[in-house]
Amino acid sequence: MIAEAGLAALWLAASLSLLQLFLGAAALRPGGEALLRIVRPVAVAQGLLAGLAFLMLIWLFLRTDLSVQLVAANSHSMKPWLYKFAGAWGNHEGSMLLWVTVLAVAGGFVALLERRLPQKTLIATLAAQATIGLGFYAFLLFASNPFTRLFPVPAEGNGLNPLLQDPGLAFHPPTLYFGYVGISVAFSFAVGALITRDVGPAFARAMRPWVLGAWIFLTLGITAGSYWAYYELGWGGWWFWDPVENASLMPWLAATALLHSVTVLATRDGLRAWTIMLAVVAFSMSMIGTFLVRSGILTSVHAFAVDPRRGAFILVLLLLYIGGALALYGLRVGTVKEGSKFDFLSREGALVANNLLITVILGVVFVGTTYPLITEALGTKISVGPPYFNAAAGPVALILVAIMGAGPLLRWRRDDLSKLAGRIAIPALLGGAILLALVLLAPGLRVLPLLGLTLAIAVGVASVAPLWGRNLRRTPLFTWGMVIAHLGVAVALAGMASESAFTKETLVAARPGQAVRVGPYTVRFDGVDPIAGPNWTAIEATLTAWRGEGGARFEMRPQARMFSSPPTPTSEAAIQTMLDGQLYIAIGEADEQGRWQLRLWWKPFVTLIWLGGALVAFGGLLSLIGRLRRERKIRPESADELQEALA
Amino acid sequence: MSRKWILWVPLGLFVIFLGFVAFGLYAPANRNIQSGLIGQRVPDFDLPPGMPGRPGLSSPSLRQGRPHVVNIFASWCLPCRVEAPQLEALSRRGIPIDGIAVRDRPEDLAQFLATYGDPFRTIGADTDRRVQIELGSAGVPETFVIDGSGVIRHQHIGAITEGDMANIVAAYEAAR
Repeated sequence: MIAEAGLAALWLAASLSLLQLFLGAAALRPGGEALLRIVRPVAVAQGLLAGLAFLMLIWLFLRTDLSVQLVAANSHSMKPWLYKFAGAWGNHEGSMLLWVTVLAVAGGFVALLERRLPQKTLIATLAAQATIGLGFYAFLLFASNPFTRLFPVPAEGNGLNPLLQDPGLAFHPPTLYFGYVGISVAFSFAVGALITRDVGPAFARAMRPWVLGAWIFLTLGITAGSYWAYYELGWGGWWFWDPVENASLMPWLAATALLHSVTVLATRDGLRAWTIMLAVVAFSMSMIGTFLVRSGILTSVHAFAVDPRRGAFILVLLLLYIGGALALYGLRVGTVKEGSKFDFLSREGALVANNLLITVILGVVFVGTTYPLITEALGTKISVGPPYFNAAAGPVALILVAIMGAGPLLRWRRDDLSKLAGRIAIPALLGGAILLALVLLAPGLRVLPLLGLTLAIAVGVASVAPLWGRNLRRTPLFTWGMVIAHLGVAVALAGMASESAFTKETLVAARPGQAVRVGPYTVRFDGVDPIAGPNWTAIEATLTAWRGEGGARFEMRPQARMFSSPPTPTSEAAIQTMLDGQLYIAIGEADEQGRWQLRLWWKPFVTLIWLGGALVAFGGLLSLIGRLRRERKIRPESADELQEALA
Repeated sequence: MSRKWILWVPLGLFVIFLGFVAFGLYAPANRNIQSGLIGQRVPDFDLPPGMPGRPGLSSPSLRQGRPHVVNIFASWCLPCRVEAPQLEALSRRGIPIDGIAVRDRPEDLAQFLATYGDPFRTIGADTDRRVQIELGSAGVPETFVIDGSGVIRHQHIGAITEGDMANIVAAYEAAR
């Protein structure tokens, strides 16, 4: 009965979203104001029901109810409970249900919490959110039903893809989806504002916390996903430009740009049309990403479902939603009044440059991800890999980071070049010194890592410059947030540049007893032992490593695992984290002479990449809390007056 | 108001993108990468026999007016065992099949042919994979159809299954 209850909850939620759409449309007509009060509870109930359906699916997986097709196809009674739980979304139908649940819950939260948006715009926003939900409910119910029963009931399930049998699965997809789908709120806000033609600072201030919230989750999800791929795939890389990685990066880029343009709109009433465009683009990228991954149109390690009919279904949804929003944009944005003007050399100017450069990177990633598709339609097959992405996006990203260092030091509206020069003198001189030192001490560095290291240090210093000479106690929390997030970008850049400039790699076929050198470490291969886990067996190598001559010795144990259901080999790398980097060892196969393939990396400061990502998300969180506290102090009505007084 | 069309550019770009995507979704899915040598003459090579007492394979013998099927295989390759019955069937139809054994040993080859059948007219030993690479082949098994003047007409990547037979025969007939 659990499956039927879940299905019923899903149908009810779908009908409520239809009701929400009609009520919203009726409430927007003259004289429909009386309906306003019903729309909020309907949206909340819809969120609750979708959440209930999702809980039912988790329950089915925890019980390993093999009479449900999805459970039988993706679970196994012998699986550890954590993977039974997380396995609920480690498949196509379950992950789509999570998708829809996040969409509905986000809509419910907007209905429950949003008090600053004008009533009419709020109703239009909720109607837009319901419209998106409706299409994806239909997709679930008609093309990807997670609750389909299976008869006869099989004796055992097929098991979960072993690559997914990792604690990362419990954390990474939900976090990513909160951001990836949560950004739908910005899309609905934009559509709502286009419908009521009410775009201004008040709208921007209402939208900003929602964008920030989704963006924090997206940042965390991407950072965690990158670390997961790094240790689970055993290839030693932290970003592969895989279509699915790009599918999460593109909404993040658009949301990052949106976060900055919405600030211009909120404080200076500029960039009205552009902000609306970015809000539409951010969630459109999420939907296109979902389509690219779920239709199997691009081959990828993440693509569990390859079914053109499902692809066609989502394609129609894309046409309706993105096409609809862009058509509304074409029709309405011309009637949105121009915002206020500003000088090129100003805080606004820097934020516009930030937006343009992020948009260029977004374009580069989008073209690279979909290019194989386009050339295939024109008759040639091509695959686009890291050489393109790094060469095309890398330089733009470096310019972007440089502007990020200077931007917060500029004043709003108009600034003076000589004053700016004074403010950035210290970081600029420091950067010059670092560049010189690197060229002299580490000759032969490639250009991108060289500039990356230089910029990381200079911008790292510049990013805390807004705090100099301020009373730190009285500095608003959102300024702290900005400083920490920008510092996080510099820290992550330092990690990326260091990883690509200084990584040492050794690939050997070693006999027990043999010692290998990698970077500053000597690693002795002591031998292999068979071991067994709950649902796998493995060959585990024991290695002893020490630094330089006679450093402290420590053991590392990489495994080559064989999962029993389904039978699949995976590589579990051994990673030892030091203050200045990581030693990373993966074991391969044995050859006929009893030698084992070992792959060893020394990656200086690689952990800074994820530490930086976490700092960026933490900065976002501080900023969100700071904004919400400030909003509570200033009542909505008085905020506009204050704004006018300031201007 | 003359710049109003700019507001419609995003929609236009999106519709063009959708067009490509829709095409990609419905175009016949063919993820094989074909050799760039299709339509070109086979490169010059002269391979010694793969096992004693059997003829080897050289490129001039592929240019004598009669089409050939060239199968790249190895005794250590599992899919090659799967496709063995299909090669036998082609051979029974009177289609001449030349083998190129990649990184193989005579005794392993003899064992393989004794177990899985021997449809080959000649077997060349490609011990360092040089000829395989020159033919534009990346793995085993792969099968080429070569016309009477030594021009590569068709490439099949992976094991030949029952369902692929019609394709191979058609390519062979077309090469006559």
